[in-house]
Amino acid sequence: MNHLLRDIAPLSDGNWALLDDEARERLHGPLAARRLVDFAGPHGWEHSATNLGRTEELAPPDGEGVEGLRRRVLPLVELRADFAIARAELADDDRGSVDADLEPLDEAAVRIATCENIAVFHGWADAGIVGIAEASPFKPEPLGDSAEQDYPRSVARAVESVRAAGIGGPYGLALGPGEYTRVIETAEHGGYPLFDHLGKVLGGGPIVWAPGVEGAVVVSLRGGDFLFESGQDLAIGYDHHDAEAVALYLQESFSFVVATPEAAAPLSR
Amino acid sequence: MGFDQYHEPPEELPAETRTFARLCASLEEESQAIGWYQQRLAVEPDAEARAIMEDAQGEEFKHFSMDLEALLRRTPRWRAIAEGVLFQSGDIVENGEAAEAASEDVGSGEEAPPEGSAAANVAMARAGDGSLGIGSLRGEDR
Repeated sequence: MNHLLRDIAPLSDGNWALLDDEARERLHGPLAARRLVDFAGPHGWEHSATNLGRTEELAPPDGEGVEGLRRRVLPLVELRADFAIARAELADDDRGSVDADLEPLDEAAVRIATCENIAVFHGWADAGIVGIAEASPFKPEPLGDSAEQDYPRSVARAVESVRAAGIGGPYGLALGPGEYTRVIETAEHGGYPLFDHLGKVLGGGPIVWAPGVEGAVVVSLRGGDFLFESGQDLAIGYDHHDAEAVALYLQESFSFVVATPEAAAPLSR
Repeated sequence: MGFDQYHEPPEELPAETRTFARLCASLEEESQAIGWYQQRLAVEPDAEARAIMEDAQGEEFKHFSMDLEALLRRTPRWRAIAEGVLFQSGDIVENGEAAEAASEDVGSGEEAPPEGSAAANVAMARAGDGSLGIGSLRGEDR
């Protein structure tokens, strides 16, 4: 048994399978960053820091002619989203019900995925994580008011900024939920879907629904520019229970490093 | 252009299996070239020619190693066995037998999904740390 304490939870194997499958399904959509950045790991719960390959000066304890240096690392951070499932629902699942109420899990999945996206795209200052959009040297390109008329031009400008910096494609586009909805609802003159037009502007890269993203971000997918390092990948753990409910949580540990700031360009609302 | 690396109709094979077969064919060709250069070097007296052949053989060492690493990354059981054999001291055959036995829980190489795929991540998670095995979602549809 590991730190997730799954073996002592009052859940049957079937209950765990139900919750794990539901979590995978609900996380798959909103985990936008993982569709666009490099993913390393998982390296395990014990993995605590990412090697930055950098040092800082450190006074040696004694002696002249001796130089001290300290390695700089980026500590991994943990995210945890608590939720509780009614024991009656779990008992009904064991009886073969097909409509278990797992809404608390669904909501926790969106919360933790949104936090992950925000950390990757907009940063997490207290964690020492610089986000893709804030690291970019390019001034945010206004998306414009009209999805039909302005979005293709704005995205093309953002792509051109990255390309002009010598960063090859294909390029991906992370869109905040509001912008994503506007894109999929919009057809240009002649009925050509805006979604398809943007796909061509990006050179075939994906357009990603990204909860937590403000505006949009164009990202090169050539690789090596953005590194998400996973310690413990997303998992469900057990906290406690009473007669009514089982308290569980979704948890992960990770770090994120921008290696090439000019490999992305933000777009503002 | 030949398609000898396929033993089944290519149109019936999934794309990742065709790529796997191409990598296997490349691995075979690189090892053949290594053997040929080894033989040429054994008989060639001209120093300049030998230097060129040694340089070329070094290239084949690199190509072989890259092909092998790519295949191991896509085949968890093969990788598990290789980890027990490669760069290990002691008896090679004994190490191989032990690595093969220890790898049985990893799953069949032929049936194993490509590393990094959703199926591979889930399989690894169920075997190990209790995570959901989501991993990277690059290349997956929303």
